[in-house]
Parts: sequence; structure tokens; C-alpha cells
Amino acid sequence: MPNIILNGLQISVPDGTTILNAAKQAGIEIPHYCYHPKLPIAGSCRMCLVEVEKAPKLMTACSTTVTDGMVVFTDSEKVRKAVTGVLELMLIHHPLDCPICDQAGECGLQDYYMKYGLHKSRYDLEDKVHKTKHQDIGGQIMLDSERCILCSRCVRFLNEVPKTGELEISQRANHSEIGIFPGRPLDNHYTGNLADVCPVGALTSKDFRFKCRVWFLSSVKSVCTGCANGCNIDAHFREQTMYRVKPRVNDAVNQAWMCDFGRLEYKKANEGRILEPTLRQGGSDRTPGWDSALADVAFKLKDAVDHHGAEAVAVIASPQSSNEELFLIRRLADEILGTPNLSFTSRVAGDGFADEILIKADKNPNAKGAGLLGISDSGFDALLQKIADKKIKALLVFGNVLGDLADNEVATLLSAVPFVGLAGSNESALSRAAHAVLPTASIFERSGTFTNSAGRVQRFEAGFLPRGNARPDLDIVTGIANRLGAGWTFEGAAAVFAVISASVAPFAGLTYESLGDQGQNVTEAGNA
Amino acid sequence: MELVLTTHFGNDQYHAIGTYQELGGYVALKKALGMTSDAIIDEVKKASLRGRGGAGFPAGIKWGFLPKNDRPRVLVINADEGEPGTFKDRLIMSRGPHLLIEGIAIAAFALNAHMSYIYIRGEFVKEANILNEAIDEAYAKGFLGKNILGSGFDLDLTVHRGAGAYVCGEETSLINSLEGKRGWPRLKPPFPAVVGAFGLPTIVNNVETLADVPWIITNGGEKFAALGSEKNGGTRLIGVSGWVEKPGVYELPCGTNLKDIIYKHCGGIKNGKALKAVIPGGSSTVVLRPDEIDVAYDIESMAKIGSASGSGGVIVIPEGTCMVRILSVLMNFYAHESCGQCTPCREGTGWFKTIVSRIENGKGRPGDIELLLDICDNIMGRTVCPLSEAAGMPVKGFLTKFRDEFEQHIRDQKCPYGNKFQSAHA
Repeated sequence: MPNIILNGLQISVPDGTTILNAAKQAGIEIPHYCYHPKLPIAGSCRMCLVEVEKAPKLMTACSTTVTDGMVVFTDSEKVRKAVTGVLELMLIHHPLDCPICDQAGECGLQDYYMKYGLHKSRYDLEDKVHKTKHQDIGGQIMLDSERCILCSRCVRFLNEVPKTGELEISQRANHSEIGIFPGRPLDNHYTGNLADVCPVGALTSKDFRFKCRVWFLSSVKSVCTGCANGCNIDAHFREQTMYRVKPRVNDAVNQAWMCDFGRLEYKKANEGRILEPTLRQGGSDRTPGWDSALADVAFKLKDAVDHHGAEAVAVIASPQSSNEELFLIRRLADEILGTPNLSFTSRVAGDGFADEILIKADKNPNAKGAGLLGISDSGFDALLQKIADKKIKALLVFGNVLGDLADNEVATLLSAVPFVGLAGSNESALSRAAHAVLPTASIFERSGTFTNSAGRVQRFEAGFLPRGNARPDLDIVTGIANRLGAGWTFEGAAAVFAVISASVAPFAGLTYESLGDQGQNVTEAGNA
Repeated sequence: MELVLTTHFGNDQYHAIGTYQELGGYVALKKALGMTSDAIIDEVKKASLRGRGGAGFPAGIKWGFLPKNDRPRVLVINADEGEPGTFKDRLIMSRGPHLLIEGIAIAAFALNAHMSYIYIRGEFVKEANILNEAIDEAYAKGFLGKNILGSGFDLDLTVHRGAGAYVCGEETSLINSLEGKRGWPRLKPPFPAVVGAFGLPTIVNNVETLADVPWIITNGGEKFAALGSEKNGGTRLIGVSGWVEKPGVYELPCGTNLKDIIYKHCGGIKNGKALKAVIPGGSSTVVLRPDEIDVAYDIESMAKIGSASGSGGVIVIPEGTCMVRILSVLMNFYAHESCGQCTPCREGTGWFKTIVSRIENGKGRPGDIELLLDICDNIMGRTVCPLSEAAGMPVKGFLTKFRDEFEQHIRDQKCPYGNKFQSAHA
């Protein structure tokens, strides 16, 4: 462990640590653009220059590894002058179009200008080199070459992660420009990350462009629901509207990346939401409020058990539900309704595309959790057959889809059941066919945990209150169960998780707190 | 005076292997193949042979940087002669290609390298053809290829033509370009001796440096050292251009007086004009005033007066020439040739060009000189490779030594010499 003196502070860091990372560990920020913790070192932006005693020149902190006894200054007069100088050079050709730039508010150039620059421009407007603006380079990305500082993060990202290499720098000197090869736009499933790695406004998201100023956005830690990988995300919202998600670093799951499919999953929270509990009878809809709706569903379930036996009642769970929700759903089916008819499927419509990077074939975030919590998907097709054979008199469905059934198949199937209760968040063939529709909170409106396909249990947090009159599934399941005499008194997901941890072996030893924001793996037995 | 390289350059058949051998060629290689690697390197160290590419690093010491492991090594010959004012390696390659090939074979043997590449400037088409013919001849005679002269030593030599970038004369961008990548300099460390071409330990030497090696082997390092001045062994090819009576390439002992080079060897200033300035070692070196040229043309003596002998390209500037215009032309060059990889050089060289050309065009402003000097401070020593220094040194030199001329341009808002080429670099 080399000892170094950083700005007079003695610190000890592991062998091979760069000056930049050593400083980071000591809480000292060294400005940088081209350095990205998950990408190879380029050393080209020259913002991270620091003074190293006995070195004839300033050194790049990102590429210089510490040696024992090294004396480093990150805030000397010489360093400040260098950083200010490099920043000025970065800005001479910059269009300074912050008022119409989406990066404004989270822009490396703005941030460092406020910290290190604050200079008046010494460069004439008419001398600026002009480059191509607003180019659609494919995928989710727009490129504005004039804003680019040529840090090459995007080039390195495409070479390293999707390994597709669509972007390259062409031309030389101050005519250098990022671009695609003619006629060959971005062609991979990770293009959205380019807007994240770009420290300036050169690469922006087509989806987010011109939608909202970033300083109006709040953020909450969440998990992507697009597949079983469980990529960690930050969800950005304003009031009750989602604007975008960005990958959140988790070395055990998604590094700093997410796929383009997952990036657009948030739209489900904004569009086609069911906002009122609705009862449907003889072709007319009523919105009687939660009490009546829950009572109605509970009564219909109980009525079916009473008249036709527990075998005539079925519950279809959803792998989009959290561990806590699934746990209570299982108890509702097992203990309260006493029915063996509980299943789920992780099948969805579509091709089940998967790759070796992040994307999993299972397009649900919690099929693994459902299995660990004792809900099997093996009886799903048999259950559908029972429904089709009109053996089910009351059905409670969670989620927005019924496996990979097409809309007309859903309608046909459900017409065979006298009562269908649905707890779902979005309008669908299910919600159109159900007799009672209980609107549930979106992923960004409730808290809980998912277990990804690798057995990692990860928390997601509520960012804002459910839209309209929607409610978290936990409240809905508890509401039905208690109306059937369960007497449950769980206060939120953490309380349910504590029970899971105490009673379901794979989750033993995990607590809601210990999961933190990076998650923990279920025990070996559970993951086997 | 004893010559190392150019003795037979007047012979128009010297490029052919037959003539070269008749005149004593490839004898040094035979001798070297009987020596140990250490003995050869020792001779080169004794010769005080300094790299002729511009940096002047002692060749023998550079060869010692290769790590002591059994990874394959690569010898790369830098023939990307691109420094403005420099045209000496071109002469060696066209007049005495076998001198270079023999030097390469000896060096590769000493370095235990079995792969070697001549990275030649793309514009040197004729020279590349001559080299390729000469290499074919050397293969045919067994001086290259498998089991050279029965010694058991194998060496392949390939000519690789560059694609026209000045920066590819810098050894790590040269290596990138050789590998088929964009000609961008690499971050150092690791240095090429550890991780170079194709990830292998690599030595990069200038053409003239290696062409000196056969003579050193034949005549001994000490004799070579004695030809030159202290720490600067041997002779140098000096390319003199500009306003002299007899411009050309001159082989002169290291440490020859610069004033003598211009006035004695080159016949003085053309048409009896007065001397105004000398760019002594390629365009990147600090310009000298006439009162500064009474100096030994070697690495240490030139450094002492704040300049450099660099790549041996002396540019002579007569009275009546606009120094602002010259700097403007140079800045066009650097702004065009900056590779664009790192910020200070990419933006700084372009800014130099913008300011110097506006001064020359009568649109300079008060404060422009200070601004130029400040940009020098902001880019020099802050870049991946030395191109920012190469551009900054002339700026500093011109502004320090001919400041009044810049001030006059700004004050009068015009070029006092009459800028006839305004549009060419506006």
C-alpha cells in the first residue's frame, strides 16, 4: 500500500491506484472529462493535470498511478492555471447555446466553468469553427458536433461495451469531429448510454430532448422492470410524471449501463394508467371508491369459495410484482382463500431477445422471486385450461398481461369466468375484460424488492404518490385479505420483507436495511 | 575531413547493392554478426551516437531500455521526415539505401529483433521504391531474411508508407499508424521499449541514426565519437534551406559552428543580403538572431542558447522578410497537423493560427502578443505528445526575438513588408 501526500494530507491507497482515484478516496475531486470509471483511460482531455513533486511537467491524474512517497498537489497555483487554461481552450469553439441545450444543469462544461473558469471569452464569435449540428445518428441519440469536446468517451463506450464501434473521430486538429460512418447509424441496444457518458450536450437523448429542464427533476433509486437482469436505475420525475431513467452504478449487476428497451419502460407509468377502482356490471361502469371495490372483490371471491369450493377460485400472480406483494398474494391464496389455483408465467409476447451484456430473455423483473416465494409457474397452462373449461368461478389477476396471450385471446378466455378481479396499473385487454378493476401504483409510486435472475434482491423506492386513485398492490392485497378476516397489520414493504426474511429460507439473514441501494444475493440454497 | 555517410553519394550507382558492396558495403554486417549483442551496443554507446530525429537521445542507451525477457522485439525505423526544413533522411534513402539497411540489420541483430519496419513518409514515393528495390537485393544476397550470412539470425524488413500526418513522426503515433490505427500519440508510460508495435517491446530509431551504425562497427565507436564534439559523436547531415548561395544537405562534424555552416559551407547569404534570422533545427526550434549564430551546432551548445539543433534543418532568413508572415505560415502548418486528440494542442494551435494571421493581415489588437504568450503557457507541456511544444516554441521564439515587428504590425494595422499573400492564409 503506497503512502502518498496529497495536498499535505497523508493517505494510503492500494497498489496501482491512480492519482485521480486516490484523491477521490480522500474526498478530493479532480476535474475530468475523458476519464470514466468504466471505460479505458484516454488521457486526452487534460483537465485532470496535477502537480507531482520532482516531475518536470504536470501529470494527468487519470493515467498516473501513485508510487510510494509521491507528493501531489491538486490545488496549487500551477494546477489551477492549467485547468483554467484547458477549460478555456475547450470552450473557444463551443456554441454556448446553454439556453436551448438539454444538458444545461448537468453539464460538465457549465459545472467546471463555474468552478474553474469564470473567465471572459478571449475568442471571437466569427473565428469559431462550425460543425454539423443536430444529427440523427441512430438509436436513441442526437449528435451536435459543435458542443462536443472530443473526450472520446462515446467512442470508447461503443468499442468496449456493445463492441459495435459505430462512432469514430474523423478529421484532424480543431476540425476533429465525432461521427458515424456514412450510412451506418448506431446499431446496438445500448445507445441510450451515450447520452449518459457524454459529459456535455453533444449526445442527447431523442426521447428526453426538449421535454424538461433537468433542474425541475427529482430522482429516486429504482430498478428496471424491463427484464430479469434488474439493472439499477435512477428514475427522474417531476410531480407525478416520469421523464427519464438513467442507469445507477452497481458493479454486481449493470456496471453503469442499461439497455435501450429498459430506458423506455418508464413510459408505462405515464401512459394509459387506470386511475379509479371500477366495478363493471351489465355493461355499465361504476367507480364506487376503494372500500366498496375491495369489499366487492372480497365478497365475490368468498362467494365463489362458499358456493363452488376453493377449487373454483384462482389467483394469477405477476412476475412484475415485488417479493413482498408476491409473498402476500401467496398467503392470500394459500391461507385465506385456501385455493391450490395459484400460478404465474413469465412468458410475454415478443421474441424474448437476450444478449451476453445485460438483456435477459425473461422480460420480468421478479420471476425468480416468485419461484423462491413458493409460487410456481409450472401449473400456469393447466390453470388456463381450467378457466377455459369454466371450472373457475372467480379469478383474481395481478398485472397488465396474461402471459403471451393476445388481446382477443384474453377476452375470449376471461369471458368463461363469472367474476374477474384485476389489480393492474395500465389499461389492457385484462382491464377491459375484468369485472372489478383495482388500479395499482406504478414501480415509481411504490416501494419493495425484486429478486433478479441471478438471485440478487434489490430495493426500489417510491418517488411520488400513486397517480389518481391508484394504490400500492400491498395495500390492495391486504385490503382484500383483511376483508376476508386475515387481520394483517403490515406497515409497508419493509415490514413484509422482515416476515419473508424470517420465514422463507433463501431470504434468511437479509434485512431491508442491509439490502441498501446495491442489493444482496439470496443464500446459496435459494440460488441453486 | 572524414565522412561517415555521404562519401559515395556522388556515385549515381551507390544505391545498387553491387556498387555498394564494391565500395565496402555489408562488411560491417559480417563483422557485427561475429560480435556479441552487448559488444555492439557497447560500441554504439562509446560512439556517443545521439538520435538524429530531433530529440538527440543517446542511441546506445535507448537500446538498453528493452526489457530482459524473451518476448519478440520490433525495430522500427522512423523515416517519416516531416519537420519543416528537414530533408536529410530523404537523401540517405535515395542515395544510400543499403547504408540504412545494413544499419538496420546490425541494430536488429544487437537487439535480437526479427521484425523491422521502415515507416516512411507517404510523400516519399520515389524513396520508398528505391528502398523496396534495395531490400529485395539484400534479401537475394542473404543480408536479410532467414539465417543471415549463415549466422542463424533471421530478420524481416518491411517498408510501410505513412498517410501524410506530421504527428506520425512522433514515435507512438507512428506505431499506431503502423498498426493500422489512427495516427494518435499514445499516453506514456508505457514506453515503446516496453509496449510498442503490436504490443511488443519496440525500439524506434531515425534513419540517419541507423545509417551511422555500419561505420561505427567498422571503425569503432571511439573513432566515431572523435569525429564530433563532446557527447555528440560523429557527423550530422545538415539540411540548409532558405536564402543562402548554396542550399543543400551537408555532412559536417557534430559541433561545427553554425555561422560557418551558413557562411563557409553554404556560401553565405544569397545576393549579399544581410542575415535576419536563422531557424536552426527544423521549424519547431527557437529562432536565432544574427548575433546568436556563432555557436557550436551540437545538442548541448544549442540548448545553452535556448534553442536546439533538432532534426538538422537550418532555415536561413534574409533581411526584408516579414517575420510575422513566416510565423503565420508555420502556425498554419501546426494548426493543420495537430492530430486533435488532446485539448490544448487541438484548440491552441488553431488559436495561434487565428491570432498570428490576423496580426499579419493588419487586424491585430493590443494584447494579442500577451495572449499568444499566455496560450503558449496553457498548452506547452500539457499535452500527450510534444506537438504543443513544437508549435509553442516558434511562437515564443519569434515573439521574444522579433517582438517589435509584431508590435509594428498591430500598431500600423498593416504588414510593413506588404503582405502579398493575404488571402492564402486569411
